[in-house]
Amino acid sequence: MSKIQDVFNNLAHHKKKALIPFVTAGDPHPDMTVDILHTLVESGADMIELGIPFSDPMADGPVIQRASERALANSVGIKKTIEIAKNFRSSNKHTPIILMGYANPMEAIGIDNFIELIDDAEVDGVITVDYPPEESSEFVKKLKNKNIDSIFLLSPTTEDDRIKLIIDQASGFIYYVSLKGVTGSSNIDINQVSERVKNIKQFTSLPVGVGFGVRDAKTAKDVAMVADAVVVGSRIVQEVETSSKEDLLQNINKLMTEIKEAIS
Amino acid sequence: MQPYDLPDQFGHFGQFGGTFVAETLIEALDELRDMYAKYKDNPEFLAEFHHDLKHFVGRPSPIYFAERLTKKNGGAKIYFKREDLNHTGAHKVNNTVGQALLAKKMGKPRVIAETGAGQHGVATATIAARLGLECVVYMGSEDVKRQSPNVYRMKLLGAKVVPVESGSKTLKDALNEALRDWVTNVSDTFYIIGTVAGPHPYPMMVRDFNSVVGKECKDQMLDMCQRQPDAIVACVGGGSNAMGIFYPYIDQKEVRLIGVEAAGHGIETGQHAAPLTSNSAIGVLHGNRTYLMQNEEGQIIETHSVSAGLDYPGVGPEHSWLKDSGRAEYVAVKDDEALEAFHSLCRIEGIIPALESSHALAYAEKLAKEMSPDQIILVNLSGRGDKDINTVANIAGITL
Repeated sequence: MSKIQDVFNNLAHHKKKALIPFVTAGDPHPDMTVDILHTLVESGADMIELGIPFSDPMADGPVIQRASERALANSVGIKKTIEIAKNFRSSNKHTPIILMGYANPMEAIGIDNFIELIDDAEVDGVITVDYPPEESSEFVKKLKNKNIDSIFLLSPTTEDDRIKLIIDQASGFIYYVSLKGVTGSSNIDINQVSERVKNIKQFTSLPVGVGFGVRDAKTAKDVAMVADAVVVGSRIVQEVETSSKEDLLQNINKLMTEIKEAIS
Repeated sequence: MQPYDLPDQFGHFGQFGGTFVAETLIEALDELRDMYAKYKDNPEFLAEFHHDLKHFVGRPSPIYFAERLTKKNGGAKIYFKREDLNHTGAHKVNNTVGQALLAKKMGKPRVIAETGAGQHGVATATIAARLGLECVVYMGSEDVKRQSPNVYRMKLLGAKVVPVESGSKTLKDALNEALRDWVTNVSDTFYIIGTVAGPHPYPMMVRDFNSVVGKECKDQMLDMCQRQPDAIVACVGGGSNAMGIFYPYIDQKEVRLIGVEAAGHGIETGQHAAPLTSNSAIGVLHGNRTYLMQNEEGQIIETHSVSAGLDYPGVGPEHSWLKDSGRAEYVAVKDDEALEAFHSLCRIEGIIPALESSHALAYAEKLAKEMSPDQIILVNLSGRGDKDINTVANIAGITL
């Protein structure tokens, strides 16, 4: 069983929901990312999504785009991101790490090489934003061989037949995108999310996480009522962007603690 | 011999092409693919398309024998397909007429587009005005500065131009931003992509709409020369004008197909926009797999060309396939060579060509010298150069 499943089983046993924050590796500075990850765990993260910087993040809104640009300006690309994950793992054995990125950097260093490196870094799952199941069955198989979960997105417009197709390939959890748009978009319609999550759950026993529109403790709480996990991305990255270096860890801690309390 | 029938149902040209997008775009692409499949051979739709091409665009565009240019080079006869004479000044309008018509059929009241030099933006704004569609054009903020006359043209035509501040602030970033708009406004919006890139079905659909160029050439060459050309030369950025003229000739193996990329300051300097000629690695960008200018960790690198329309790090996936299969050849021409061809054409033939097309012209002049006078080169003169006079004047140190 994967570490991601373990965490979900454990939470379900205690009737709790997972909190999954997202940050981009190397933002604001590569030396700070591991500390940020530890802070996220200390303040309630059940798992962490770590973004691989990419020059052309077409599914992301301006906040995460700028995080990618800052990271790239710090010379953090895919290899450095995996190193950061490995560093984190050397001092935290239990919190699942999910890498989130785009196909091109993964292919550029070679898919087999990428999988070898993340296996060595004890990464637990991968979200490749622009790999739909039709284009990624080999990739998913190779990840499965290493017991690494392939996490897929489902959107508000995904039809039932396609939900089944995606669930066939998916493991770890299902990432439901709560709205039509890019990361960090405007407010979500919680009733619609509730209905869609219920619909997805007809087809799978995998946990369903919801992200792309969780802006504060209030929306996190609403989402936690209807889903198994709450993904918070742009809001945390925004904190990274606006905080001074001195205040950064404290500010992240404060925000995370608020959200954690709201969903507990 | 089996006729050429790519792409397959998933949009693959061999290992190239495909649909590499976030799940949030899949439904929109499925809808587009189904609607295009429904209309592409529909006689009524085609009649409407060709009616607009004839009466609004001014097709067919003529073929012209460049007699003095031929004499200058002293080799093969050089002919032009005059796409520069189209309404809005380039081949781009063929595709926008087709896609805007499809948008109308699909009941989408709003169209969006990305643009580099502004030609595709102007063509989209033009047809949107003609069909009464709301139009938003994304343009890198660097390009907005460089191409202010086209920005104003789009505004005159009623379009909203949105400067894009992310990334390198050029064409590729405009494309990213347009995709973001589309995913957000998918129910009422049609995304008119301007080149043979993007996710399936765009590379196929844009090629199909532009293939009117090659189809006309086949008839016109027979009329004028009683035979087909020995070589066809076209510039390649994303590669829509080249695919438009190449496609109907793919099965006619005796016709050489030559794509001309932008070598910028020279391939060896790294400052170019020639993913095929520079042997760039294969990668995934803007929804398809293709040859792509990138660093060793897969970050897309900035390109350079004097011509904004060729300034793109990727290339349409079908060109990648045509290169690997050996059916087409790809070469590159530097900024200064293209400029020389530009000036030469102005003086010798009385035609101001687009800087993009000037790349094809420069190579055709070289090639003609190596060929015999009984042979024929057909150049796709993809656009006119009015839009480029500021750029050319600046290079000459002249302020207009």
